[in-house]
Amino acid sequence: MITKKGIFSIAILAACVLGLALSATAAEKLKIGFVYVSPIGDAGWTYQHNLGRLALEKNLGDKVETKYVEKVPEGPEAERVIRNLANSGYDLIFTTSFGYMNPTLKVARMFPKKYFEHCTGYKTAKNVGTYMCRYYQGRYLAGIIAGKMTKSNIMGYVAAFPIPEVIRGINAFTLGARSVNPDVKVKVIWVNSWFDPGKEREAAEAMIAQGADVITHHTDSTAPVLTAEEKGVYAIAYHSDMSKYGPKAQLTAVTHNYGKFYTKVAQSVLDHTWKPEAVWSGIKEGSIKLAPINPVVPKDVVALVEKTTKEIAEGTFKPFHGPIKDQSGKLIVAAGKALTDKDLLAMNYYVEGVQGSIPK
Amino acid sequence: MFVKIEPRPEPSRVMKYCSPLIAALLMLISGLIIFTLLGKDPMQAFFAFFIEPVHDLYSVGELFIKAAPLMLIGTGLAIGFRANIWNIGAEGQMALGAIFGGYIAIIFHGSSSHFVLPLMILCGAAGGMLWAAIPALLKTVFNANEILVSLMLNYVALLLLELLVHGPLRDPNGYGFPQSVLFSDSAMLPILIKGTRLHLGVLISIIGVGIGWVFLEKSFTGYQLQVAGLAQKAATYAGFDYKKLIWIGMLAGGLAAGIAGVLEIAGPIGQLLPSISPGYGYAAIIVAFVGRLHPGGIFLSSLLMALLYLGGESGQMNLDLPSAVTGIFQGLLLFYLLAADFLIYFRLRITRRQRKEG
Repeated sequence: MITKKGIFSIAILAACVLGLALSATAAEKLKIGFVYVSPIGDAGWTYQHNLGRLALEKNLGDKVETKYVEKVPEGPEAERVIRNLANSGYDLIFTTSFGYMNPTLKVARMFPKKYFEHCTGYKTAKNVGTYMCRYYQGRYLAGIIAGKMTKSNIMGYVAAFPIPEVIRGINAFTLGARSVNPDVKVKVIWVNSWFDPGKEREAAEAMIAQGADVITHHTDSTAPVLTAEEKGVYAIAYHSDMSKYGPKAQLTAVTHNYGKFYTKVAQSVLDHTWKPEAVWSGIKEGSIKLAPINPVVPKDVVALVEKTTKEIAEGTFKPFHGPIKDQSGKLIVAAGKALTDKDLLAMNYYVEGVQGSIPK
Repeated sequence: MFVKIEPRPEPSRVMKYCSPLIAALLMLISGLIIFTLLGKDPMQAFFAFFIEPVHDLYSVGELFIKAAPLMLIGTGLAIGFRANIWNIGAEGQMALGAIFGGYIAIIFHGSSSHFVLPLMILCGAAGGMLWAAIPALLKTVFNANEILVSLMLNYVALLLLELLVHGPLRDPNGYGFPQSVLFSDSAMLPILIKGTRLHLGVLISIIGVGIGWVFLEKSFTGYQLQVAGLAQKAATYAGFDYKKLIWIGMLAGGLAAGIAGVLEIAGPIGQLLPSISPGYGYAAIIVAFVGRLHPGGIFLSSLLMALLYLGGESGQMNLDLPSAVTGIFQGLLLFYLLAADFLIYFRLRITRRQRKEG
């Protein structure tokens, strides 16, 4: 039996539902969530993603509303954060670290009407796309500059973890440097951390002591650039332009730029044209750029870099083109051929010129 | 005018149990002041931080998922802490548990046997105890400081896990990324309530706390541990074997941490990763102390600690509070607890003149 009170509460409920529906159609704002692995800070991986988010906000104005959650540990914590975002009305969610792959897929299954974009993963689904940049293209260009500027022909590479993405960067840098200076040797120290200023500094110092006069890094802090500045050697920064930390040292920086991509994805959701894709963009799309080159670099080197940049953008030049030999001198890619994307994604060897071996 | 600190002749027993509550209350008040200074409406912030994380069934499940490893490890550690045996190595023992349990899950990958999960838990427990046995052995044989040994072994264990996940235990089809295969269903803890992530491991953890309570409060060994903690010489005089107590204290922590490690990988994670804990092994030390080394208190303090973590996320999401707020709350809680405890044992006396000998 329905009581008077019952009818009254049903009426209120109905009014609420109606109100909700009305407000949803009135606003039509696309709510976009970002999940960051570290605090935004002043430079580095997350900082660049956040610049991308800000660019997206600027480009699409009041059509979108964004929100980020920073310092979310990879693994089960991430699943909760992603789910909470999806549950509180965020229709498009960018998860910006490799370790979010499985959590993103799990949540995506629970929310089939929402869109997810995961950075650096290799699994897509009906409502999950992936994206990352061809960081190696910038590495190759930076290698050219480093190869021309070194006097000792020894370079130091502070690296985080021996995964294909990092190894690809080391190899591309080495190939770039040796394309202009075949005597270059690249030393690598693994610090087993994405962000550990202390260890990164020690690694850079150790390699400078062994004669390295160009330091680069695939880690998140500004420590390698700072160390290079202090010791009076050159540095190639990564992720962000770190020239304010090493005005003399930084020759250039390989920077990540996600703004265009984020804008494009959000627009496609607004237009209802979003599709799950595995996007791998680079110089051509503007997602990889070199920071302004230090004036100490001679004009002819800058010209060479500009020319190579143009060729990479046009697709006429590929950094991983043959002949490429591995450390033992074995030919991996014959002249006239280039590595395919599949080969690149699974790269697990050093090219000739890199010293040491990959930790197994 | 001078402030003099002097010991109280008889510390209050009631206040000893009240001090965590006082600390929590002071933390809350300070928190509201901080929220106001940050320009947020304090009531709204309070709601986002403490109510939002438990507003529905899923969220309550999340609270228990987060609290489960804390309460289990906290109870295991309390067994040692009661006898002044300081096991700071739960983080590493947890990693060893995950390695042992995860190895079982990987070699039986694809099997649908019901024995996989129990075997994982057994092996994980063995792994955690093995790691805890090292400081216990060095302490009993060479009288090496167990705080240092167990702490240092954390780094060894975490690097070992990293090494294995980068190498032999890596998913061969995972493009070289450092993670194992996703476990088969037979190696995963079943979900207890549909629509949440609440898994069997939470129940196991609560049962573990119960067992810890019986052991500490009702068994003779539990009594021996307590006596040894209060007066080691008296315990030895009474004929208690202190070396045996060291072993029990260390292994209990290792056992609990090892099982917690397995429950994490077989529960919410579902695979081996280079890092399987966001510092549960360390946070459990705080949990054990806030819980007065009593399993009942540990149960409650683990929930409070979990709430602080979840509140931090919710505060970020709803109010744009910085993520550091969680750390501030944890620090405040511990600070007020230590201060309150200090005032239980000592009192401040304001004197007009400084005495010569003072």
